Amino acid sequence: MTAAVVTGIGVVAPNGVGTENYWRSVLAGRSGVRPLTRFDAGGYPVRVAGEVTEFDAAEHVPSRLRVQTDRWTQLAFHAADMALTDAGADPSEFPEYDMAVLTSSSSGGTEFGQHEIERLWSQGSRYVTAYQSIAWFYAATTGQLSIRHGMRGPCGVVCTEQAGGLDATGRTRRLLADGGARFVLTGGTDASLCPYGVTAQSANGLLSDSDDPDRGFQPFAATAGGYVPGEGGAILVAESAEAAEARGAERVYGRITGYAATFDPRPGGRDADGGSRLRKAAEQALADAGLEPAEIDVVFADASGDPERDRLESMALDRLFGPRGVPVTAPKTMTGRLYGGGAALDVATALLSIRDGVIPPTINVPALAPGCDLDLVRDEPRPASLRNALILARGHGGFNAALVISRAH
Amino acid sequence: MNTFTLDDLVVIMRAGGGEDREELQGDILDMPFGELGYDSLALLEITTRIENKYGISMPEDVATSVRTPREAIDHVNALVRAA
Amino acid sequence: MSTADDEREPVITGIGVVAPGGVGTKQFWELLTDGRTATRTISLFDATDFRSRIAAECDFDPAAEGLSPQEVRRMDRAAQFAVVAAREAMADSGLGPGLGGVDPGRIGVSIGSAVGCTTGLEEEYVVLSDGGRRWLLDPDYAVPQLYDYMVPSTMAVEVAWECGAEGPVSLTSTGCTAGIDSMGHGAQLIREGSADIVLAGATDAPLSPITVACFDAIRATSPNNTAPESASRPFDLHRDGFVLGEGAAVMVLETKAAARRRGARGYARISGFARRSNAFHMTGLKPDGREMAEAIASALDEAEAPAGDVDYINAHGSGTRQNDRHETAAFKRSLGERAREVPVSSIKSMIGHSLGAIGSIEVAASALALHHQVVPPTANLSTPDPECDLDYVPVTAREHPMNAVLSVGSGFGGFQSAMFLRRAEAL
Repeated sequence: MTAAVVTGIGVVAPNGVGTENYWRSVLAGRSGVRPLTRFDAGGYPVRVAGEVTEFDAAEHVPSRLRVQTDRWTQLAFHAADMALTDAGADPSEFPEYDMAVLTSSSSGGTEFGQHEIERLWSQGSRYVTAYQSIAWFYAATTGQLSIRHGMRGPCGVVCTEQAGGLDATGRTRRLLADGGARFVLTGGTDASLCPYGVTAQSANGLLSDSDDPDRGFQPFAATAGGYVPGEGGAILVAESAEAAEARGAERVYGRITGYAATFDPRPGGRDADGGSRLRKAAEQALADAGLEPAEIDVVFADASGDPERDRLESMALDRLFGPRGVPVTAPKTMTGRLYGGGAALDVATALLSIRDGVIPPTINVPALAPGCDLDLVRDEPRPASLRNALILARGHGGFNAALVISRAH
Repeated sequence: MNTFTLDDLVVIMRAGGGEDREELQGDILDMPFGELGYDSLALLEITTRIENKYGISMPEDVATSVRTPREAIDHVNALVRAA
Repeated sequence: MSTADDEREPVITGIGVVAPGGVGTKQFWELLTDGRTATRTISLFDATDFRSRIAAECDFDPAAEGLSPQEVRRMDRAAQFAVVAAREAMADSGLGPGLGGVDPGRIGVSIGSAVGCTTGLEEEYVVLSDGGRRWLLDPDYAVPQLYDYMVPSTMAVEVAWECGAEGPVSLTSTGCTAGIDSMGHGAQLIREGSADIVLAGATDAPLSPITVACFDAIRATSPNNTAPESASRPFDLHRDGFVLGEGAAVMVLETKAAARRRGARGYARISGFARRSNAFHMTGLKPDGREMAEAIASALDEAEAPAGDVDYINAHGSGTRQNDRHETAAFKRSLGERAREVPVSSIKSMIGHSLGAIGSIEVAASALALHHQVVPPTANLSTPDPECDLDYVPVTAREHPMNAVLSVGSGFGGFQSAMFLRRAEAL
């Protein structure tokens, strides 16, 4: 099997746009969660969020593309540009069918869609823009990136809500391994912090109603009470190891070595062993990577923020690694949960951890909840020699995904 | 309505196709829309905006049959006169 | 392909369809082989002020299809379609709802959709915004299932719950190729050993004002409001756009070895699948059909099939001038002389274009064509476009011996997909 390596990273996160900006914030424990400013959220059940305030679309996206895209796609344009620059790769030098785009989308162009539905219902059908047909649907980002960078290979879009970033990366690995492509833009972004997006998100019952940015998202904490929504994500350049070597890639952040996805039983149905399917995904991903649990040096947890879901994930980690058997972290406490972009950003963060030999911290967890007896890396980064990282993600409705990334040889 | 002018068209082209369009300056009357960076989708958007603003109805195939700003302006003025 | 690979070749052993003209695979196939059209004036909402006021609607009564009141409340129309189709597919496969006692961890789901639960999202938005009048909404009116509508992945969740899947489950959303891509992904899960049974298919219910309006805005749909029954005219000189449709198809996929072991009826084997992108334009197609041709060539390559093996092409055939010429060129480019020898038809002439769902519905039609050895026609094709000069099977279905079928799709974003299916009578 051909190895899949990551050679470029582009980050658009609430606590930093640009990989190094973001990484400095993460290591310093700096959060991007603040009171919501995109609209007047006074009457909303959610009033804090992780907004990507440093991103100005006018600066990074040509106006011709701005008018026809949602912010979610615009964030991906910029992240992809940064990832390609970081990889030192010029797509025009690759055979066109050897390049692909495979992204995660959780809810498509939510804000663009809200504008157009509003226009339709307040002004009439003739006022809906021609661009609605290409901006709202879940494939907009993949299609636009494919066009912008001339990538004509097997493109894809996976929707598994917050697990999507891992599913996209896992599928990318398969594509590279079986020769379907040699150079892939993957990952994902999200930007649904508009009135309709936030209203719909709050209907899932998992969002925190705290007004305090430091209290809204405290996974595994005794005081956990939901999560804070955010926007942003990451786009990665993944290549076959041969392709990266052949073009003399400047750096390899790491290899994508294992992946698996499972699904929870229907609520109220058979699940004698709560959280067992998440654990199964992790076990299968490890087996896929040919690794034993002892060879995993850090886990980037899904870290729901919902007490019951936190307990299930803790139990899964406890069974797999033993009590406090592996360092666990959740840097997403500094960004909020980014939906289609969240797990992609976790992959980027894990790659940076491996590169620099340091586990970034989890913030805002003063005391662990009973039943969450984890070696949670809190408040300060922890230096560590990292060979392999396990990343976990769960998506609304029962999706579980696990990805293993490993240090480059 | 007064005569539909290039200035009117440029305002709509910027709104419907992207506002920071430096190439929409100078003598563009006879430049094909494609060369000005306006594809079929942008032309459909501009068409709809013109229809809504001036209360006229353009033919179904207008986005492919009208090739330059001059043709678009003449077309709109003919429709407005007939209305 | 090695013998071990061959044993894991995915076989379609059960089919469920919700399509305009009747719920159920039997009604669907009868409509197609009768050459009847199910396009009509939109009745699902008042479309008086719209440019295109026609569509192919499903006469779908969820209660009559066995959905409980809670399921009806919880699910958007597209999710309801998917669940009803999944139930029919499981029953049809002979495995039943329990899928033959297969380990749930070995059951996967791969559903496709282009626009997800747009219908539900729009209906709720109208309430929350008090008729579209307020940008700031009233969250107090949010229904609990609103988030399920926002994330289309819930449609895969519903199907997974139906079949008890605990293996890999996902939704693929590559616009109008989503239904063929989701089948391709499902087939790959079987082939690579990630699952032993996969429910694969796609669903869309786009007949709501916002989606009809968005195709109005780009004048892609037919404005032939006076003759809806003949408005979808793929490859016909007098075509004037596509006609929107809705529906779902879900199929049971399993390995050839497992299907043989239990003596299952196989409709078709999925022998090849490939997708390419034109990287040209979000809606535009180049007339040369280059990337679709490349997808077709690559799908045949995977199946180790020469062009001469293709016995019928189930076309994308949306009924836009741009598409019909594009894919005619793609068939000639990829298949050479063979393109002129085989029948080509578009079922969108009868059931409209249900966006992401149609790819799976067309795979179902292709599998049924192989099973029954009958090619469904292209309805309404009375005046051939001189630039579309292949055998498009006008108006009347045709008995035709087939060992293999090619089904293709093309969609916004520039995506082009092709699936190559072989007969599965003898496993």
